[in-house]
Amino acid sequence: MIIQHLMNYAVEVRGLTVVRGGRAVVEGVDLVVPAGTLVGLLGPSGAGKTTLMRAMVGVQRISAGSVTVVGHPAGSPGARPLVGYVTQAPAVYGDLTVRENLAYFASILGVSGTRVGAAIREVSLEGRAEDRVGNLSGGEVSRVSLATALLASPPLLILDEPTVGLDPLLREDLWSLFARLAAEGTTVLVSSHAMDEARRCQRLVLLRAGRVVADEAPTALLRRTGASDLDRAFLQVVRQLEQPG
Amino acid sequence: MSLRRTAATAWRVLRQLRRDPRTLALMMLVPLVLMALLRYMFNDDRSVFDRIAPELIGLFPFVLMFVVTSVAMLRERSSGTLERLLATPVAKLDILIGYALAFAATALVQVGLVLALVLGPLQVTVRGSLLLIVVFAVLDALLGAGLGLCFSALARTEFQAVQLMPALVFPQALLCGLFVPRSAMIPPLQGLANALPLTYAVDGITRAASSTAFGTELLKDLLVVLLCWPLALLVGALTLRRRTP
Repeated sequence: MIIQHLMNYAVEVRGLTVVRGGRAVVEGVDLVVPAGTLVGLLGPSGAGKTTLMRAMVGVQRISAGSVTVVGHPAGSPGARPLVGYVTQAPAVYGDLTVRENLAYFASILGVSGTRVGAAIREVSLEGRAEDRVGNLSGGEVSRVSLATALLASPPLLILDEPTVGLDPLLREDLWSLFARLAAEGTTVLVSSHAMDEARRCQRLVLLRAGRVVADEAPTALLRRTGASDLDRAFLQVVRQLEQPG
Repeated sequence: MSLRRTAATAWRVLRQLRRDPRTLALMMLVPLVLMALLRYMFNDDRSVFDRIAPELIGLFPFVLMFVVTSVAMLRERSSGTLERLLATPVAKLDILIGYALAFAATALVQVGLVLALVLGPLQVTVRGSLLLIVVFAVLDALLGAGLGLCFSALARTEFQAVQLMPALVFPQALLCGLFVPRSAMIPPLQGLANALPLTYAVDGITRAASSTAFGTELLKDLLVVLLCWPLALLVGALTLRRRTP
């Protein structure tokens, strides 16, 4: 029963605090993400989105609390094959081609070479597969980075600002991809500071100054705040919090 | 540890090197030019060049591999690819040994070129075993690569990485007996020289060049170099942190 209960959450964060440079960047965060959902992690720059995501991947040194992903402690050998992580700055090799980058990570992850072509198609980079990553545009490079995370079809994808700098059409394509992956059972956690994109998420987690200030479905958030769009809803939430008493 | 991941990493590093023809040309040509330069600097007294040529054959690959690996590792750290790799099931030693294998292969080519120049046009006669010279030269390159991997953790910027060379390699080169015989140094410096791995690397190649006999001194040199290399890799592995602040 307990195992069953744990497995239904792709991410379980309990009392997480991360102190960096003497300052709490993430403070007492509790958060659960049910498996197979598309969740948006929103908040202004400096709210702690990246730090929280790094803690879920297990590359962040934490001060207190616990993070469990897909039933394993974050960053443990059991968890690492189950989490696909895309950093904000695209972490790929500029002097290799798109295909060479993916082929390398495919052998590291132990997935078959046929996944390389599939991952390239998923991010619509078929036309640039043989080009060196260093010659691609910023948006294309970040899609190479995303394709790398898709290679092993992990049950949990943690994507840090994957749509920054992309043209609206491409952004729409990527959000459709995220929604499709979630429908197929992958848990997708996407951070963004662009609120308008967030309506595609099933759930929104609003982060401000290292704390979770809202955690609900976009429609529920709009209804509760009575705001006409998510940007205003976020403002509303923050104002409510800052009102004395 | 996995053979597949280690081999994939070695191939990837070699491929990146091939994409950088300028670095490759510098790695291969600089030792040749320096060798020829020294040969004609000591034009009047051939015995000097005959004595130092084997030492230089050991020293060049060591210095070069130290610089190349420390910079390559720093790039891997600062580009975020190292963090991405460490978030996968890869073992730290897969990465380090992959690097070492790629640079050992490069060193083998470099040593071959230097030997061809020294034994051919520069007409140095070697009384010892050619095979042992090659073995020591490649081991020296591996040692340089190992120390470069391990000390690259000390550098946060490329400026610092480049400064590691004069800081860590010059003292070893000065004390190894190339400039002044170690027996002529004051005892504290002799003691220091005996504690530095390059001393054994250069000593070994000099012995291998001077006689075909495989004595205990040569065996000692070989063992020290053979032990220092994995030690450097292990320390290097300790500096690769999956979790960072």
